[in-house]
Amino acid sequence: MSDTSKNKQSLFADETIDGQIATLNLGPTHPATHGIFQNVLTVDGEKILSSVQTVGYIHRAFEKLAERRPYNQITPITDRLNYCSSPINNMGWEMTMEKLIGVQVPKKVDYMRVIIMELARVADHLVCNSVIGVDTGALTGFTYMFQQRELIYELYEEVCGARLTTNIGRIGGFERDFSPAFHVKLKKFLKEFNKHFQEFDDLLLRNRIFMDRTIGAGPISGERALDYGFTGPNLRAAGVDYDVRVMTPYSSYEDFDFIIPVGTQGDTYDRFCVRQEEIRQSMKIIEQAYNNMPEGSYFSPDVPEFYLPTKADVYTKMEALIYHFKIVMGETPVPVGEVYHAVEGGNGELGFHLISDGGRTPYRLQFRRPCFIYYQAYPEMITGQTISDAVLTLSSLNVIAGELDA
Amino acid sequence: MSNLTNEAVLARIQEKFGDAVRNHEEPYGLLTIEIQADKTHDLIAWLKTDEVLKVSFLTLIGAAHFPNDKGREICVNYHLHSLVNNVRLRVRAFLPIETPNIQSIIDIYIGADWQERETYDFFGVIFEGHPNLTRILNEDSMDYFPMRKEYHLEDATREDKDDRYFGR
Repeated sequence: MSDTSKNKQSLFADETIDGQIATLNLGPTHPATHGIFQNVLTVDGEKILSSVQTVGYIHRAFEKLAERRPYNQITPITDRLNYCSSPINNMGWEMTMEKLIGVQVPKKVDYMRVIIMELARVADHLVCNSVIGVDTGALTGFTYMFQQRELIYELYEEVCGARLTTNIGRIGGFERDFSPAFHVKLKKFLKEFNKHFQEFDDLLLRNRIFMDRTIGAGPISGERALDYGFTGPNLRAAGVDYDVRVMTPYSSYEDFDFIIPVGTQGDTYDRFCVRQEEIRQSMKIIEQAYNNMPEGSYFSPDVPEFYLPTKADVYTKMEALIYHFKIVMGETPVPVGEVYHAVEGGNGELGFHLISDGGRTPYRLQFRRPCFIYYQAYPEMITGQTISDAVLTLSSLNVIAGELDA
Repeated sequence: MSNLTNEAVLARIQEKFGDAVRNHEEPYGLLTIEIQADKTHDLIAWLKTDEVLKVSFLTLIGAAHFPNDKGREICVNYHLHSLVNNVRLRVRAFLPIETPNIQSIIDIYIGADWQERETYDFFGVIFEGHPNLTRILNEDSMDYFPMRKEYHLEDATREDKDDRYFGR
């Protein structure tokens, strides 16, 4: 060994580079991990030999918190799971409650929910895909796509007043009908989005550099992905066409015509392509839902014990005041029962397992968090890959720390 | 997709496992089977390979604590899904709180790894045969299982509490 390599040796704990082993911390606070994850990598030069993950840095005990919260106060907790697509979490929870109390919401509510949920999916996938671009060194697409995401957030604002942690909708429907400004903004968005999106698509999809960087990075086979419990776009990229929206339709998804894109290799490029196509399909669903919006009410009148009455009614009507009080104080009786309800979240099957003993709060509420379940495959996916591929794999899996740690 | 009904699934499981199936119900249409704790692993393994049911996807592992149910305090739930038949199934086993031991299913589904660690972390269920049954979301030095019912969060309806001590 030469003198130079001996000098290098002092920088590392055990051995030096040049075909020898070193330990590297990727995270917990590293800009490339896009969240608080620690990976202790054992690397041979650029090549990863093994990795050990540590999770739980932002664990906030949501499942325990939920056991002390009245049912309608749990919706804000769900915001903070996958915060890139909060509306899907909110509505998944509301639908779980509606299943428990046995209420059929009007068709119009279903369609309104579909519009909001698909907008959320588009926003979620836009973040993921444009960040894959950033991690390969293509910042431009990211800046343009974040403008589109901003438009989606403006649409949320028109419906619920919030942007990131939306707390959108209520058990039994929506807090108010879509405003005139929402209609204007949505029409404009539907008309103009595809053009901008196509630009982004052209930037990356057949870009030689992008393809060289992403094809073969972090692959997983379909069987292995199923064994690990993958769901959502990551599973579909591996070639398995499982989508909750089709398998167990909720919120009238059976009314819409859309396809489920699947990949073949399960690598970063396939995950990118699947998400790109899902964005197009989501736009198609939004268009169908918006154009065929049924007449009717934006909330179900059958659940006054859960659906907060309007302020005007609270001040003028006795019943509304009573219900308002009962809802706010969390004194509404609920049936004893056990429900599992799943929705197709941004990252896969987002499930709610609720055990109710009839009390004011859930007896037990468990979230099926897709990120938590598929992130355990990460060491297997990056073993034998380079460090830069590991970063790409992480961003293409779209692991969201809030959902992972709950 | 076939039209496999819950009755057919139940009949097939009962035929194979007989008395080990302690109880069954269908809350909100989801077939729930209570199985003898030591047969859980066998049932889940058999479900995966059975050529009719093909229940080969593990959706979720979780637990719940029922402190008043003596000898059956910890309930371990396995949500399974037959993607071919599109039938969901919940398998559960009850364990006594003194010895909350159940066989790990990590050899059947690799995805059970973290979910079993999480269940151990929060409820103290010991999954026998798990290669690395350590805490996952909580810190390692924690010496209790926080999701058990004896650990209360602050009760919003309490009146015996002096707010001055809580900075309000």
